Amino acid sequence: MADALVIAGHEFSSRFILGSGKFDLDLIRAAVEHAKAQIVTLALRRVNSFSGNILEHIPEGVTLLPNTSGARNAEEALKIARLAREAGCGGLIKIEVIRDSKYLLPDNYQTAKACEMLAKDGFIPLPYMYPDLYAARDMANAGAAAIMPLAAPIGSNQGLAAKQFIRILIEEIDLPIIVDAGIGKPSQACEAMEMGAAAVMANTAIATAGNIVEMAKAFRHAIIAGRTAYLAGTGRVLDRGSASSPLTGFIQD
Amino acid sequence: MVIINGEPKDAAGKTVMELLASMKLLPERTAVIVEGEILPKSGYDRILADGETVEIIGFVGGG
Amino acid sequence: MERIDPMKYLPGMEVLENSDIEEQVVRAMEEYDYNRYTADEVRRALAADYLTPEDFGALLSPAAEPFLEAMARRARAETRKHFGNSVLLFTPLYISNYCENHCVYCGFNRANKIRRAKLSEDGIRAEMEAIAKTGMEEVLILTGESRTMSGVEYIGRACEIARTYFKNVGIEVYPMNTDEYAYLHQRGADYVTVFQETYDRGGYERLHLAGHKRVFPYRLNAQERALRGGMRGVAFAALLGLCDFRKDAFAVGTHARAIQRRYPHAEISFSCPRLRPIINNDKINPKDVHERQLLQVMCAYRIFMPFAGLTISTRERVLFRDNVIGMCATKISAGVSTGIGSHTEEDTAGTGDSQFEISDGRSLEEVIAAIKSRGLQPVLNDYVYL
Repeated sequence: MADALVIAGHEFSSRFILGSGKFDLDLIRAAVEHAKAQIVTLALRRVNSFSGNILEHIPEGVTLLPNTSGARNAEEALKIARLAREAGCGGLIKIEVIRDSKYLLPDNYQTAKACEMLAKDGFIPLPYMYPDLYAARDMANAGAAAIMPLAAPIGSNQGLAAKQFIRILIEEIDLPIIVDAGIGKPSQACEAMEMGAAAVMANTAIATAGNIVEMAKAFRHAIIAGRTAYLAGTGRVLDRGSASSPLTGFIQD
Repeated sequence: MVIINGEPKDAAGKTVMELLASMKLLPERTAVIVEGEILPKSGYDRILADGETVEIIGFVGGG
Repeated sequence: MERIDPMKYLPGMEVLENSDIEEQVVRAMEEYDYNRYTADEVRRALAADYLTPEDFGALLSPAAEPFLEAMARRARAETRKHFGNSVLLFTPLYISNYCENHCVYCGFNRANKIRRAKLSEDGIRAEMEAIAKTGMEEVLILTGESRTMSGVEYIGRACEIARTYFKNVGIEVYPMNTDEYAYLHQRGADYVTVFQETYDRGGYERLHLAGHKRVFPYRLNAQERALRGGMRGVAFAALLGLCDFRKDAFAVGTHARAIQRRYPHAEISFSCPRLRPIINNDKINPKDVHERQLLQVMCAYRIFMPFAGLTISTRERVLFRDNVIGMCATKISAGVSTGIGSHTEEDTAGTGDSQFEISDGRSLEEVIAAIKSRGLQPVLNDYVYL
């Protein structure tokens, strides 16, 4: 596949990961289809006969990426991952460990620990994290298959607030960097892709849009545009104009 | 009485499989915790006893 | 004479477990085709905020030669950004020129009839005292490559003495095992320089006829062993002009980058030696590495790894050295004399012959004046041992 997103050997042609939270179940299928997303995240909760089966609303062939939301520490994340496995999901798990109910920021320390525990238990962890280089390295060393830094506090639609730090992860970590959380507009998704993110994950921005289907489309196009620009190599004007006295005038022979 | 998802239900004597069927849940897409332990699929013929706690976990929307 | 297999470790040489750095470097170098780059790719590399290995390849290519001035400007901007005005100073000290290797290009090689010498502890002390008196705070201890004549303990003793005179001590000696690096670190050395000479296996084999140095992979993995032994920093170099210098420079950058990614705490630096006339053999001359190409390589290193140190060789002439500090180089030697015992002997040649001819014999004071005259700040020491 040309320019595939590869996560632990799994190939995807789409670089748009769609979150399924906050959706009216009837709208999920249309959103996934118009987003052309191949990965959709899900959460695990207690269910009853009135819950409705979200899986019926997700098109065939889409890879389900369960998250560990609700976990407050590594042990709970492992338990939720095992439940996801029991409920028929593959090995890919988005690790989400949150211990702050106000800002909902991920706990990097517990997340790194969870990566290690899940990898040992046979999972392929994709940690959602606060973009910190050391934590990302620890997660990579612990067996993460991709790193999912937040762009801004989750659900905030603030865009690439952590841009410079995500850029460092893109430079330094030899794993796909998937920008997750905080992306509010297609232009922000495009910017993330332009600087070399491997994929963008969005949920609230689409689920809360005036027209969900049209916004899903807009994100898809923005992500493709950003990726294409990244691959093309953005051209820039050299601002280092030639000076009157050259630096290299001393060269001999 | 069996405590299912925090609520007492008249399910004593039923198997887990029967319980899921009564809730219209697909066993292959559901995880079950009995008495704090994840129950493997092979154990779904287990008969629930009075006073046990059961959690039924499935997928919901999430980011 | 029977030659040893250059790819096979000799008894006692540590084989690094869990390392793929050699493989990465050799593969990248083999795949590097510098003739396929275009001016547009060079322009793009120069405009990129962060350079990929591909961009680095473009800057080392012949297509980048017409852009040398633009490279120098970008390099200077990066140097200023990461190092400010500072230029580090050090003095190399040769304590022994005995060598067990036969490297066809080197004045120290065992087949060469030169005056061999090795400093006693008192000799080392006297030399170091003479250097320290000039105000120098960093010393680089060098030996020829002989485990018999300059063993690890001997070098360790030199490091201990050095720490009584200097704040920073580096070593440029034969490659050794992790535990030996740990031992020298404990004795006071904290950065290790090993020149790979060339990363071209075939060329390496033709140039290194005998001795432990003939074992290519053991040398290539020296930096990694040094870091595992606890050293703070490592330096990389190819002797440009021995083989295809563009491929070698690409391998040096690839090697340094691979080490930096695997050992993110390590301080990384480059040296940029090219061939100079050596005694008893005047025929070897830099063929393709003229100053222009040398500067291209140095600027490419700087732009590719803007945070890395870069030492300008004493083999280069004064005007070249003075112009590259603050532009791409961050470290310069002063008070250099490559003979053995030459800092204290009446006869400045000392008692043992030099490895190569130097082009800049200026004292520390003179080099400091030169640095200041360029509006830069001489720094004698930038690290505090804890």
